[in-house]
Amino acid sequence: MSRKDRLSGNEAVAIAMRQINPDVMPAFPITPSTEIPQYFSNFVANGQVDTEFIPVESEHSAMSAAIGAEAAGARTLTATSSCGMAFMWEELYVASSNRLPIAMALVNRALSGPININADHSDAMGARDTGWIQIFSENNQEAYDNFVMAYPIAEHEDVHLPIMICQDGFITSHAVENIVIEDDDDVKKFVGEYEPKHFLLNADEPLAVGPYSVTNYYMEARRAQAEAMAHVPGVVLEVAKKFESIFGRHYGLIESYRMEDADYAFVLMGSAAGTMKEYVDGLRKEGEKVGLVKVRMFRPFPAKEVAQALSHVKAVAVLDRAESFNNVGGPLSGEVLRALFLQKVRCEAADYVYGLGGRDLLMEHVRSVLEDLKKLCAGETLPAFYRYLGVRE
Amino acid sequence: MSDEFRSSKAINLQSKWDELTEGLQIYEPATSVDTITGEWRTQTPVFLEKDCKQCLLCVPACPDSAIPVKNQKRLDFDYDHCKGCGICVKVCPFHAIEMEGVE
Repeated sequence: MSRKDRLSGNEAVAIAMRQINPDVMPAFPITPSTEIPQYFSNFVANGQVDTEFIPVESEHSAMSAAIGAEAAGARTLTATSSCGMAFMWEELYVASSNRLPIAMALVNRALSGPININADHSDAMGARDTGWIQIFSENNQEAYDNFVMAYPIAEHEDVHLPIMICQDGFITSHAVENIVIEDDDDVKKFVGEYEPKHFLLNADEPLAVGPYSVTNYYMEARRAQAEAMAHVPGVVLEVAKKFESIFGRHYGLIESYRMEDADYAFVLMGSAAGTMKEYVDGLRKEGEKVGLVKVRMFRPFPAKEVAQALSHVKAVAVLDRAESFNNVGGPLSGEVLRALFLQKVRCEAADYVYGLGGRDLLMEHVRSVLEDLKKLCAGETLPAFYRYLGVRE
Repeated sequence: MSDEFRSSKAINLQSKWDELTEGLQIYEPATSVDTITGEWRTQTPVFLEKDCKQCLLCVPACPDSAIPVKNQKRLDFDYDHCKGCGICVKVCPFHAIEMEGVE
């Protein structure tokens, strides 16, 4: 039986991990993800899982150990945040290019500096080109559900790629919400057993993993990896459909909120989507035809779905929770605007950076964005390609 | 796609991207024998068979197993794999291996 419980995002993800009962978990603590390995090591100590928990000396080692374990044939996961994942950077590419379906709980946190422990997406954006699948969670329920769906996606025979399930640091990871936790056996059945075809501990098949690739083979290897990524959207939807049929909650690549007749759209990811739904409702009461497109899957990017969702709007505002320092805009807007252009959707567009280092997104910020969009639609130009929301100036 | 057994011998410079193995994994042992790496060599050791006493000290010293042994006797170098490191020249007590630049 499923049950309702009051849980933080970290607790919810740790419970999903307990239900999955992975073979190996190497992890190193870093705020705000520390609680995940902490809760999980309790499960190990209490005998609730039979996972080999490896308390490594760094995140570089955590991902290295995860790669070794996964290549050996063990279902492996880890958790990290911010500079911890930055320290994994080299290994993230090794995991994906060796096609190892490792799962990671990424609790999004700002990167130093200035040093800050609160939520933004700069850690995940730093890893956006590493070949990992990236799924963003709006709230604790989604963090749990997304983690339950992680392995069926990553281990799918057409995919075999690592996956990171992202939730916003503190806002989601530490805030306690009422959520539904599914029955242990139902989750185990849904996730299934891991049965890799090729693995290093198979004595019957000598195997080399990660051989050197000369120039004559490197591009072919990359092209093959890109093909695996091309299979991901279909698999994510297939897994989501199965999830919905068993557990009743619906997930897509994106979520459209009050977009049917919207003239103005906001696009963002993560916990601010919940905040934005509230603001959309508020603005709708005032007669503004606004809507929200929440991007759930950032890698690979659902370009067609995003463009389709925005195909009828007059103007779109993309809200980025990360800086790209390119003088043009954030990473999400780059993806969204490319999607619109290539899908031949023409509308006004503006980009904003919000919420860096844990700053809140306020209604007054959203009102100012809506004013900008109306100005654009009236033929005015904005003074810059993008601007900061809620910064003192 | 390519998550199936494919011998490394079946993969060559004509292989298309979808004819490689997943993650370039190699599903068989000892494939380094098939991979010709001797071209990395800039200096070449020469085996002087007349001076060789067949003590075989050079064989385990070779980092690349490039000195074949048959019937307890070493044969000439396997130049498909010898990298020309010169260690065998240093090890030989009978000056039965010569290489430019190595005493």
